[in-house]
Amino acid sequence: MPVLANASPESFPRLPSRGGFGLKPEHFREILAAPPDIGFVEIHAENYMVAGGPFHHYLERIRSLYPLSIHGVGLSIGAETAPDEAHLDRLAALISRYQPESFSEHLAWSSHGTTFLNDLLPVPYCTESLNRVCNHIDRVQERLGLRMLLENPATYVEFDASTLSETDFISEIVRRTGCGLLLDVNNVYVSAVNHHRDARSVIRAMPLAAVHQIHLAGFATDSDADGYPLLIDSHGSPVAQVVWDLYAFALDYLGPVATLIERDNDIPALPVLVAEVQQAEALLRAAAVSKARLPQGLAV
Amino acid sequence: MSPQARFAASLLTPGSRCPPGLMTWNGSDPGRRFDVYRNNVMVSLIDALADSCPVAEALVGTRFFRAMAGIFVCANLPVSPVMAHYGKGFDAFIRTFEPAAGVPYLADVARLELLRVQAFHAADAVPLKSADLAHVLANADALPGARIALHPSVAVMPSPFAIASLWLAHQSDDVSAALGGVDAMRAEAVLISRVGLDVTMFSIDAATSVFVTSLAADMALASAAGRAQATDPAFDIPAALALLLRGEAMIAINFPESMLND
Repeated sequence: MPVLANASPESFPRLPSRGGFGLKPEHFREILAAPPDIGFVEIHAENYMVAGGPFHHYLERIRSLYPLSIHGVGLSIGAETAPDEAHLDRLAALISRYQPESFSEHLAWSSHGTTFLNDLLPVPYCTESLNRVCNHIDRVQERLGLRMLLENPATYVEFDASTLSETDFISEIVRRTGCGLLLDVNNVYVSAVNHHRDARSVIRAMPLAAVHQIHLAGFATDSDADGYPLLIDSHGSPVAQVVWDLYAFALDYLGPVATLIERDNDIPALPVLVAEVQQAEALLRAAAVSKARLPQGLAV
Repeated sequence: MSPQARFAASLLTPGSRCPPGLMTWNGSDPGRRFDVYRNNVMVSLIDALADSCPVAEALVGTRFFRAMAGIFVCANLPVSPVMAHYGKGFDAFIRTFEPAAGVPYLADVARLELLRVQAFHAADAVPLKSADLAHVLANADALPGARIALHPSVAVMPSPFAIASLWLAHQSDDVSAALGGVDAMRAEAVLISRVGLDVTMFSIDAATSVFVTSLAADMALASAAGRAQATDPAFDIPAALALLLRGEAMIAINFPESMLND
């Protein structure tokens, strides 16, 4: 098993506390022709699990210009069965090749048996589920030889079986496994609206000391069977103002943290994405200035 | 049945009730919310097929294509999170899909597009240049027994339909005008390979198609040429090799060991 030189949590390189965007094939050439001033890029791991061709050609070159975050969407950590070893092998190979500054995955399941469902499906927040997720994260971190970040989910339903709050569930995972938290502020907002929670209270109850990256994205608005708003984590529009506000609120507690603009549908022109990254970076600079005024007594 | 097995089964059964054990803060019907997941699964998988087969989609229109793809998806869910390989068998499905029978070339166009995706992501290898080939041709005695290793991106597709012309017409600014000049019922064979970073298609005749397919099956050069000449006595080996060179389709020429020892 290939063990990375930077296997220990302390020595694992970190993303800079700057803004970045998700790397899209549409932008490969333009980025290389005139590399924008951003802090890092992120890829979806599974898109690069191909043998060769343009994806690797461009990623190698772009990776040499920017710190890299590898974000998995297919490991199915929340599944009832253990993570697929063949998929862990593919991840290990990708991580070994590109030596990313961060690896993250979702608190969700996407595979059942041999079937891949291509969506991030919800898990109940109960002891049985907690034990299982922790075991799976232990295995992932052991196999990949790194400390992973776990992303909080956007969900549309809750489970009768849940006995813990989402924040308690995630805090306990972080405590037991030592993994970090990828705080998806859009997901916090989407889930807060969908389940009638106070988004700022959710942020405050998250294990903020473990946050090493933030995701920001756009959502779509639908309604539930009784006409109440149901927000969809669509990644198909600019970050909403209400999410920018929640992000600024989170930064008050966190100080500057690497922040990704996620856009997976209706991909805009590169300058539009860069402008959104700059909007995040303005808030990151403000957070750096006000970090000295961090509220006392908070475990951040 | 485990909770996730029930959840997955409900996801994949359109119109079925949502799985038990779901709740909502306001007591509203969780089915409506569950439908978001159901929709995400179907739409994202249909999108994956549409991304891979844009010309097939254009040939029958988005509504027809997505309805057809949806039926394929339900019966052929991905077995890997690596979606670049999803869609295998879609062309075979289309071939037997009765409502598409009026567009007989649809399945072959979809197959061509799926082969292009595989060529795009195929492993890298350094192609032979003309200088390499000149060196090899000097070894003329050994040539009949030589085996040509093709680039991992290479694929050959013969079809009873004008698949390459149909595909090319859809790259035009004026697709309907370009399609006007295409006789879809004319047989065409295509060599697909990655030239540099670009997936490239070459129209080839039936004999060249047999020749390259034989090389891909690891047949010796003389045997492959023999099969090609049986297809068409006018088969031109140097022209075929020149095409493979231009298509960056060869990565090595391996001589039988007995010849090297001479």
